[in-house]
Amino acid sequence: RSATSVGAIRFACYQARSFCSGGGGLSAAAATATESAGSSGASLQHADQGVEAGGILNAAKYGGRHHVSLIPGDGIGPELMDSVKTIVNVAGSPIDFEEIPLSAERGTDEDMRRAILSIKRNGVGLKGNLETFEGMTSKNVQLRTKLDLFAYVQRCKSIEGVPSRYSDIDILVIRENTEGEYSQLEHFNVPGVVESFKIITEAKSRQIAKFAFDTAIKTRRHRVTAVHKANIMKLSDGLFLDVCRDVARDYPSIEFNDVIVDNCCMQLVARPQQFDIMVLPNLYGNIIGNIAAGLVGGPGVAAGMNIGRKYAVFEAGTRNSGRSIRGKNIANPSALLLTTADMLEYLGDAEDAKKLRNAVLTVLRSGIRTPDLGGSSNTKEVVDAVVQYLLQVRGH
Amino acid sequence: LCQPSYKMPSHQLLLQLMKRPSQLLQASRGLSAAAAGGTRTVTLIPGDGIGPEISNSVKKIFAAAKVPIAWDEVDVTPVKGPDGQFRIPQKAIDSVNKHGIGLKGPLATPVGKGHRSLNLALRKEFNLYANVRPCRSLEGYPTPYKNVDLVTIRENTEGEYSGIEHIIVDGVVQSIKLITETASRRVAKFAFEFALREGRRKVTAVHKANIMRLSDGLFLKCCREEAHKHPGVEFAEAYLDTVCLNMVQDPTQFDVLVMPNLYGDILSDLCAGLVGGLGVTPSGNIGESGAIFESVHGTAPDIAGKDLANPTALLLSGVMMLRHMQLGEFADRIEKACLDSIGDGRARTKDLGGGATCSQFTDTICSRVA
Repeated sequence: RSATSVGAIRFACYQARSFCSGGGGLSAAAATATESAGSSGASLQHADQGVEAGGILNAAKYGGRHHVSLIPGDGIGPELMDSVKTIVNVAGSPIDFEEIPLSAERGTDEDMRRAILSIKRNGVGLKGNLETFEGMTSKNVQLRTKLDLFAYVQRCKSIEGVPSRYSDIDILVIRENTEGEYSQLEHFNVPGVVESFKIITEAKSRQIAKFAFDTAIKTRRHRVTAVHKANIMKLSDGLFLDVCRDVARDYPSIEFNDVIVDNCCMQLVARPQQFDIMVLPNLYGNIIGNIAAGLVGGPGVAAGMNIGRKYAVFEAGTRNSGRSIRGKNIANPSALLLTTADMLEYLGDAEDAKKLRNAVLTVLRSGIRTPDLGGSSNTKEVVDAVVQYLLQVRGH
Repeated sequence: LCQPSYKMPSHQLLLQLMKRPSQLLQASRGLSAAAAGGTRTVTLIPGDGIGPEISNSVKKIFAAAKVPIAWDEVDVTPVKGPDGQFRIPQKAIDSVNKHGIGLKGPLATPVGKGHRSLNLALRKEFNLYANVRPCRSLEGYPTPYKNVDLVTIRENTEGEYSGIEHIIVDGVVQSIKLITETASRRVAKFAFEFALREGRRKVTAVHKANIMRLSDGLFLKCCREEAHKHPGVEFAEAYLDTVCLNMVQDPTQFDVLVMPNLYGDILSDLCAGLVGGLGVTPSGNIGESGAIFESVHGTAPDIAGKDLANPTALLLSGVMMLRHMQLGEFADRIEKACLDSIGDGRARTKDLGGGATCSQFTDTICSRVA
C-alpha cells in the first residue's frame, strides 16, 4: 500500500482540480470519483508509468530527467540537502536540482518571486524550513499560499527498528494548508489589544474534504475523521465540519466520523491505532501532525508533502529548521530522504522511489541511527550506510 | 488590613505582607480562622451525574483526615430569572463570593436555548483567569509515559475563545482571536509566582509567534517581562508544534508551561492523556476574587448512582485546593493516601482496572489517612 500511496494522492489532487474547475459541481466530481474508483487498478498502474499519463501535472522533464527546485533553507537544511544530492546521484535517479538561494537572511521580495517562478516552472520542489525571525512574515507560509498548495499530507506509519511506545500506527494526516489561523491578518485594535483573524471558507474546506475522501478511495483506506472545535467555534469550525459532512455523503463507501481536537489528542496518546485518515483545518493539523509524527519516531523520520492543483513541494514532515543542531553532523537525514522518495514516486519513478525508501528503512532497521532515535551514529555515517546499500543494489 | 487575634510569627507576617492584597485577605481569613481553632468554609458544588457521589467521597475523606474545612453545598443549575434569562442562582454566587474558594464536580451541559455554558458563566462571574492542571504519573496506574511531572497553566478568559465570529459573506467565516496585554501579563505573573511557590524550576511559554506575530508576539513579550521580574525561575520559549512533538516523545523534559487559551486547552488535555485521562486529572481555576477547583471529566450518566464512580479527579482537585489554602500538611497526607490506594491493585475502581466500588475505594483512603 505504501508504495502506491503517493501516486494515489497525486490522482486525488487531479480530482480536486477537475472539481474546482467547475465541471458541474458535485455530480461531476462524484462521477469522476466513482469512475476512477472502479478502474482503480489501472489508474494506479498509470501512476507507476509516469507523468505522461493523461498530462496530469506539469512537472518539468527535460531529456528524460526531472527538474526539481531545491530550497536548502536554514538550520540543518543545507547540510541535509547535500546528503540528498549525493544519494540521488548514487541511486542514479534522473533528477536535476535547481538550487534556489532563499533563506531567512536572504529573502527579499525579489528572491521570493524567483523562488516561486522556479517552482512554477519545474512543477515540483524540495525544501528545507525557512526560519522566521521577529518582525518577519513567514516565508514558508508565503510559498504555500502563493503556490496554492492547499493540502499538507503527512503519512505517519510505525517504522520497524525505530523506538516507539506504539506499534501498528498508520495515520494519514491531511491538513488544510492555506487558510485558517495562518491567514496572517492581525492588527492592534488599541494599544495593548491585538485581534488576529482566523478565516474559514466553504470553498477551501470543500476542497480539502474532497481531497481527503478521494485519497481515501485511491489508497483503499476506510475511514476519514474530521478534527475540529465546533462546540466552541461554532461558525468557523462549524462550517468546516458541516462541509466535511456534506462531502462525506458523496462517498458512502468511506466511513466518516468527527472528533473534537482536545479529545483527539487524548485518544492519540491512548490508542492511536484507531485513526485512519484525519482531515483538519490548518492549526489543528499542525498540532495533530506533530503529535502523530512524534508517536512514530519524531522529526527525524517524518516526511511531508505540500500539494496543490498544479505544484507540489516536499519537505521534512514537522518543518523544523533544527537551528540548535546545525553543523554538528548529528541531524537525521532520514526525514528528507523519505520525502525525496515520496517525491520520486510523485514524479512517476516508482522503482527509484522504492529503492531509496528501502535503503533508508533498511539502514534504520540495522541500528545505524542518529542520536534523536537513540543511536550513536552521526549524519555522515547514516548517509554512507544508505549509499552502501544503494551501491549494492545497483551492483545487481 | 487584618488584625490577627493571636501573635503571628514575624517571618510569616512579613511573608504575608509581601503578597497581593487579595491573597493577603484570603490568607488572613484562613490563618485567623484556622488559628482560632475554627474551620474555614468552602463552597461545594456537587454537580450532576456522578457528581453527588464523588463529592460525598471527598467529604468523607476530608472528615477522616480531620481537615478544618466546613462545606457550604450549593446547586448551580440555572434558574429562570424574572426577565426570562437563565442564570446561576444568586445563592451560589453569594456563597463563592463570600468564601472565595470552591470545589466543583462535573456539570451536565443543559440542552436547549437560553442556557449559556455553565462553566463559562462561572468563569466570567469570578473572573477566573488562569486554569492550572498538574499532570503527574500515577504510580500504580502505569501508562506508556513514565515520570511525567508537569503543570499546564492556561490563560482562561480571552484568546481564541472570545466567541467573536462573523459570516463575512456567504461561505466565508471570520473568527477573532483576542490577545490583550493585561490578560497576558496577569497569567504570566501567576505562572512565575506559582512556579516559585511550588518549587518548580522552569517556566516555558508556548506560542506560535512565527505565524501569529502580533497576538502571540504580545503574549510572549509579557512572558519575557515577567521572567525578568522573577529571576529565580528559569524561562524558555517554545513553538506549540515543537512542544507537541517533544511531549509525546519525552514529556519529562517539561516543567511548567504557560500559554494562551486554545493552545492550553489542547495541550492540557494532551498531557492529561499521557498520565491516564480526565478521570484522574485535577484542575484549578484561579481568579482575582476567588478560586474554583474542579474535576474535568464528564457526568457519566450511565454509571451515576451505581457506586462505580472514581472520585480521584475530584479528590486530587481538593488536594490542590488545600495547597492553595496553605493547608499543605493535610494535602500531602490525603494525596499520599489516594495514590497509595491506587497503587494497591485491589483497592482501585473499575475504570483503573480494579474491582472496588466507589465506597470501597473511599473507605480504603479513609483508613490510610486517619
